[in-house]
Amino acid sequence: MSAYKRLSIRQKQIVWAWLFLAIPTLFYGLIRFYPTGTAFVISFQDWNLLGERTWTGLSNYQKLWNDPVFWKVFRNTFAYLIIGTPVSLVISFVIAYHLDKTRFMHGFLRMLYFLPFMTSAVAMAWVWRWFYQPVPIGLFNNFLASAGIPQIAFLNSTTNALPAVLAPAVWAGLGFQVIIFMAGLRAIPGSYYEAAKIDGVGWWTVLTRITLPLLKPTIVFIVVFSSIGFLRIFDHVFNMTTNNPGGPLNATKPLVLMIYETAFSSFDMGYAAAQTVVLFLILLLVSLLQLWILKGDNS
Amino acid sequence: MTAVSDTSELPSVKAETVLSARSRKPANLGQILRWLLLFLGGLLMIAPITYMISTSLKWPHEIYNVNLIPEEPTIENYTYVLEDGRFYLWFVNSIIIAVITTVSNLFFDSLVGYTLCKFRFPGRYIVFIAILSTLMIPTEMLVIPWYMMSQSFGWLDSYWGIMFPGLMTAFGTFLMKQFFESVPDDFLEAARIDGLNEFQIWWKIAMPLVKPALAALAIFVFLGNWTAFLWPLIVTNSVEMYTVPVGLSGFGDEVDVAWELIMTGAAISTLPTLVVFLIFQRFIIRGVVMAGLKG
Repeated sequence: MSAYKRLSIRQKQIVWAWLFLAIPTLFYGLIRFYPTGTAFVISFQDWNLLGERTWTGLSNYQKLWNDPVFWKVFRNTFAYLIIGTPVSLVISFVIAYHLDKTRFMHGFLRMLYFLPFMTSAVAMAWVWRWFYQPVPIGLFNNFLASAGIPQIAFLNSTTNALPAVLAPAVWAGLGFQVIIFMAGLRAIPGSYYEAAKIDGVGWWTVLTRITLPLLKPTIVFIVVFSSIGFLRIFDHVFNMTTNNPGGPLNATKPLVLMIYETAFSSFDMGYAAAQTVVLFLILLLVSLLQLWILKGDNS
Repeated sequence: MTAVSDTSELPSVKAETVLSARSRKPANLGQILRWLLLFLGGLLMIAPITYMISTSLKWPHEIYNVNLIPEEPTIENYTYVLEDGRFYLWFVNSIIIAVITTVSNLFFDSLVGYTLCKFRFPGRYIVFIAILSTLMIPTEMLVIPWYMMSQSFGWLDSYWGIMFPGLMTAFGTFLMKQFFESVPDDFLEAARIDGLNEFQIWWKIAMPLVKPALAALAIFVFLGNWTAFLWPLIVTNSVEMYTVPVGLSGFGDEVDVAWELIMTGAAISTLPTLVVFLIFQRFIIRGVVMAGLKG
């Protein structure tokens, strides 16, 4: 204690800082960095969880490159991204744009749109799975039947299953995006709109020349946030296709589900680790793209 | 004090000025139409939730009927699902895990955020970059190494095993760091002169000033852990250790075509967060905006 008292204020600060950081440093080292390294190492090894870990060089990556299922999964993963991101962006913007201009019972309407964000993906995947069942069970097909429209095979069709699984994922994320869009809309100074009104500019010009350009940071944030979400889709797919995960015929299987099955059903840990490295690289690319776009914004 | 409350109130203050300027027009047909469309859209948005609740209150023979209001409402499904006892266990597990994880994140994320924000010490930049870089690592990449760790340390199928990966998050750390920026250094200096030690300064002076941020972080961490699926699915293998989402997933397969029971299970796992949301609505939405934009 007396040694502590002899320290200068600056030295005392250093002691306190490292005291505060001791446990977190240990945590990040052991629970984040060490496992990251392990994942890379295992991706160059062959290991079935029980036996020896043997070095195999790049063979896991070669296997991945030559695996038709991987390419199918790769296309699916990007299909979730390429359909999901623009669709959810446009829907949430349209809702936010109009909700922002509505004062009557504004809080109530906002609550309706935000509510799905508070639900759990697993529970809602089961609800949507029920919606998609054939007659006489499923809600959608019952509606179609009562309107005299032919039945649609949702989850059993190789073409319809992926959009059908994607729909609840888009739905669950809309509320968050609407709220973020509204915050972005409200941050635009009212003087811009006043000036436009004085100039007698139409609403379309206001939207495309004032609102959308000033919303660019918000749009970039939402695009990146939802892209990463769609690239990591798992809960919805797994729960809507538990009888045949990622089916039919891998039509809905995303990368995370392939990783899960390779690691915890086939126990091919090295191969699964190589897949996680690919996922890491894809997500890294998306994040770098975001940085690049935001930087272009400043210059 | 003023500086702190100013930053946290900023979006809503701006909103009020902007909106009052925009809403002076009298209601016309277009606005009524807009309101009606938004209302119908809102009803569509909550349709999966309302149908879930409606079906959970129906007798098995009625679930094929698309009517929203059950002809003979019953709580039989709830009695059946809860009498089974497993949902109680999963519920307790989920609550324990979500609460402990939330408390841990509130404590450590703000401690680290505060230290990185208010202290100057050798290694600060390295720690900052190191924690920031973990944001780039997807959890899916870590589940295999975490599983290996859990296996060798005997953490599989335990609360600790489910919780340990999420006890601190880089997201929470940077969120808190952002908010501590708005705490004036003079406050901390004054407390230092009054003879408080650094821990007391953080705990008694700085923490109360960032309460809105703590609340926002708590919402995110709690909701994230309440709905977490992949890692709990991997690390648990006995029914007694399941969390609600993992249990519900298995339960759905088990009862197969008894959709009224699945909807009941889904409702039981969803209603707590919905009720919490309906009570603290304004507060939660503000928190989501704060965390979303600052984090």
